[in-house]
Amino acid sequence: MSHEASLHREVVTTHEVHHDEHHGHHHQETFITKYVFSQDHKMIAKQFLITGIIWAIIGGLFSVLFRLQLGYPDQSFPILEDILGSKWAAGGKIQPEFYYALVTMHGTVLVFFVLTAGLSGTFANLLIPLQVGARDMASPLMNMLSYWFFFIASIVMIASLFVQTGPASGGWTAYPPLSALGDASEGSKTGMDLWLVAMALFVVSQLLAGLNYISTILNLRTKGMAMTRLPLTIWALFFTAVLGVLSFPVLFSGFILLLFDRHAGTSFYLSDIFLASTQKALPNEGGSAILYQHLFWFLGHPEVYIILLPAMGMVSEILTTNARKPIFGYMAMVGSMFAIAILAFLVWAHHMFVTGMNPFLGSVFVLLTLLIAVPSAIKVFNWLTTLWRGNLRFTPGMLFAIGFVSFFISGGLTGIFVGNSTIDIHLHDTMFVIAHFHIVMGVASFFGMFAGVYHWFPKMYGRYMNNTLAYIHFWITLIGAYLIFWPMHYEGLAGMPRRYLDVSGWVSFNQFSGLNRFISIVSIIVFAVQLLFVFNFFYSIFKGRRVRTQNPWGSNTLEWTTPINPGHGNWEGEIPEVHRWAYDYGKDGRDFIPQTEPVGKNESSH
Amino acid sequence: MSTQLIMAILALGFIVVFQIAKASEYVAVLKGEKKSFEQNNKINGFLLLAFLVLGLIGVYWCNELLKGKILGEAASDHGEKVDAMLHITLILTGIVFFITQILLFWFSFKYQYSEKRKAYYFPHNNTLELIWTVVPAITLFILVGFGLVYWSRITGDAPANANIVEITGKQFGWIYRYPGKDKVFGKKYYKNINEGKNNQLGLLWDDKAAQDDIVSNEALYMVVNKPIKLVINSRDVVHDVGLVHFRMKMDAVPGTPTTMWFTPKFTTEEMKKKTGREDFEYEISCDQMCGKGHYSMKGIVKVVTAAEYALWLAKQKPNYQQVMADQAPAATPAAAVDTVKATAAAATHSATNN
Repeated sequence: MSHEASLHREVVTTHEVHHDEHHGHHHQETFITKYVFSQDHKMIAKQFLITGIIWAIIGGLFSVLFRLQLGYPDQSFPILEDILGSKWAAGGKIQPEFYYALVTMHGTVLVFFVLTAGLSGTFANLLIPLQVGARDMASPLMNMLSYWFFFIASIVMIASLFVQTGPASGGWTAYPPLSALGDASEGSKTGMDLWLVAMALFVVSQLLAGLNYISTILNLRTKGMAMTRLPLTIWALFFTAVLGVLSFPVLFSGFILLLFDRHAGTSFYLSDIFLASTQKALPNEGGSAILYQHLFWFLGHPEVYIILLPAMGMVSEILTTNARKPIFGYMAMVGSMFAIAILAFLVWAHHMFVTGMNPFLGSVFVLLTLLIAVPSAIKVFNWLTTLWRGNLRFTPGMLFAIGFVSFFISGGLTGIFVGNSTIDIHLHDTMFVIAHFHIVMGVASFFGMFAGVYHWFPKMYGRYMNNTLAYIHFWITLIGAYLIFWPMHYEGLAGMPRRYLDVSGWVSFNQFSGLNRFISIVSIIVFAVQLLFVFNFFYSIFKGRRVRTQNPWGSNTLEWTTPINPGHGNWEGEIPEVHRWAYDYGKDGRDFIPQTEPVGKNESSH
Repeated sequence: MSTQLIMAILALGFIVVFQIAKASEYVAVLKGEKKSFEQNNKINGFLLLAFLVLGLIGVYWCNELLKGKILGEAASDHGEKVDAMLHITLILTGIVFFITQILLFWFSFKYQYSEKRKAYYFPHNNTLELIWTVVPAITLFILVGFGLVYWSRITGDAPANANIVEITGKQFGWIYRYPGKDKVFGKKYYKNINEGKNNQLGLLWDDKAAQDDIVSNEALYMVVNKPIKLVINSRDVVHDVGLVHFRMKMDAVPGTPTTMWFTPKFTTEEMKKKTGREDFEYEISCDQMCGKGHYSMKGIVKVVTAAEYALWLAKQKPNYQQVMADQAPAATPAAAVDTVKATAAAATHSATNN
């Protein structure tokens, strides 16, 4: 440890010397070291973000395709056959195997590749060194490797889309035996192997990244940056990294056992199976399919918070900056995030109330699950109080942060329904669950991510994004997301199961075909508007209005003390020293007091 | 053709929106940054309030539109408990939903930027924080309390007089087994499954208890107002027995039997009248992703009166008899020997069973 630390100090010194020599100009780097195999945390953040955006477009496009099928089950779209071929879209109709491949990849891509790597990968990389006052991550090399493992994982996942038997199609949870047996489903052939390999590489990437984030936050804080002075973004990213480091290995073990069951003839998850497709009984006996679900959800539930916590942290930061008012209850915010992080490990089996698990065990998980609502409530009320008597500037980042709070409330409250085992009996695996987690985990986290992109874009590229496009993006997405997911709860209350590509054959569910069509139309519009964002993003990188002031939002945190376009090493001279917490907005009649300003003699204490 | 047209319109829309956005940015520069910021802020503040009002109307309207489409009264005793819990939760979370959403958008509107206003420095307040820790905690304990009482009743042991039926999921359908006159399920072993020989569950014919078991793919029959216990199995992957009208659900896991029980309140005929739909059936939906036929993996439950049930049961032929009838013409000479063997085996089995 001390060896590493001293090594790092050496690196820092070279940077400083380097900068002094060049008077703050960029390193003399080749294209390859600057843009491709970069070890600069800011460049790695951009790499994560852009890769995440590409994945989000792919994942979103998948949802448009399966929404077409759901909305128009009896119609055919010849163009689909032209694009996708006659195997997946014979006669312009999406085939069941392909439909399931689409929902599987949509889930996997958005949960892991976009909202984990794209969200915390981007903002942990960008913000941790900048906000704690470090020249770079504890290990820039590991950081670079983390991106490249993610990149390889992406390549493998993309490749799986093109194999003859199709990509994995057993749902993003990949429950065995379905995912273990190629004879049970086309997607469980080569596609599933590639899926597992890609996910294993992804876990490696997450571990490299997470260890780096933790050690940077713990060891590389600048002088005066006590843990209690960290911005909430950093606290959130810290808990996120801890969750990832502790839970991803469990998922990894689950995947390894699944690979063994698939290829080595073991029976971890398999027992008493007779396959109709081959008319053969398998030799495996004594395995437990439920074991996999335990291993999966031991990551799967913390994963929800891995996705949500960074968004919460950024929203806290953006709300307070644009309310010109300190975050209300800083310690309570940190404490509630800590509570959420602990509880995140103790609730996984609430995904398994109806698997035949011991009902008493279910009761314990009900209690622990609903407990999470307490820290969540604290956070919501603290955000509301932060807005109260503020002086709010509705920048695009701020609007998305407000939208985040709205979705977090809506989706959080429906969690109280499905977290209660009695109600979960009825709602489990219905569209209600889809609506719940899309709002609270999908849309809310996306809003946090958009808020972050709009807010820190000036720091990333030295330019602003186009405001008008941003406002259009916000309003249509806010309204559209509610129009898509609010009525979906009713489908779930009627018991309509998820992953049904056509409900017309069901007396119990066919009353919703009109609603399904409505949802599909709205989701296509919302998807198109996201492309507007993508366009705005890339256009503004090159043509956006230039940032002229060092601290455009009047913010207290350290990232705004760096030059407008910081080089590798972030600060040109000494790293600034920190004298106070990050939230002195509106104190003693002053609009804001940056963290670097020493506490004045007559300053009131809070 | 129409798709290309839509694409073209979309692309055109994009360009128009982009040009407007670009122009508005220039206008903002001309107007001065401060002035355009204030204008934007006012517009967005107003829109946030408008969103709140229209959103609340939308919530009401959506409910009016869709409340008739969700299922009516629960058709089982356990379903009533689920619905009761649902209502309690809906009321409590509903109150929180309206309060917090109204505060969120109202504050956003009310405290929008004004040159005159100074933000109020208010970093923490222990009393407030204590209130919104304790109040949600108490509310949640109410919910947990009700939930666990209902849960323990629903998942508790089935009454002794319950009819027992076994339901087995397979890709992509359901197999029902009734224990027959002896009320005991015969032994089975999955390696014995042979669809060609009409043994889709792998029953062991030398177990006497298996010889009167009735196996059917037609429907799951149950008697109204009489508890029924389902023993749930799967033959291949994980399935799930979803019974929306009874508000019940349980996974079917290969190698690990699960159970559920409840008491149906209305016969199928009664439900046809209640719902006003001639085509009404209690449907069993598979609720766990099980492969390409998942969305069509349907079963039917028939809830009938005790008399109708007895009549139906009397007409059913045990699986064993069907198998024997199939084999009979081909293997008459051997049949005698088989019977002797089977009887002997059955005798030993019934001895062990007792």
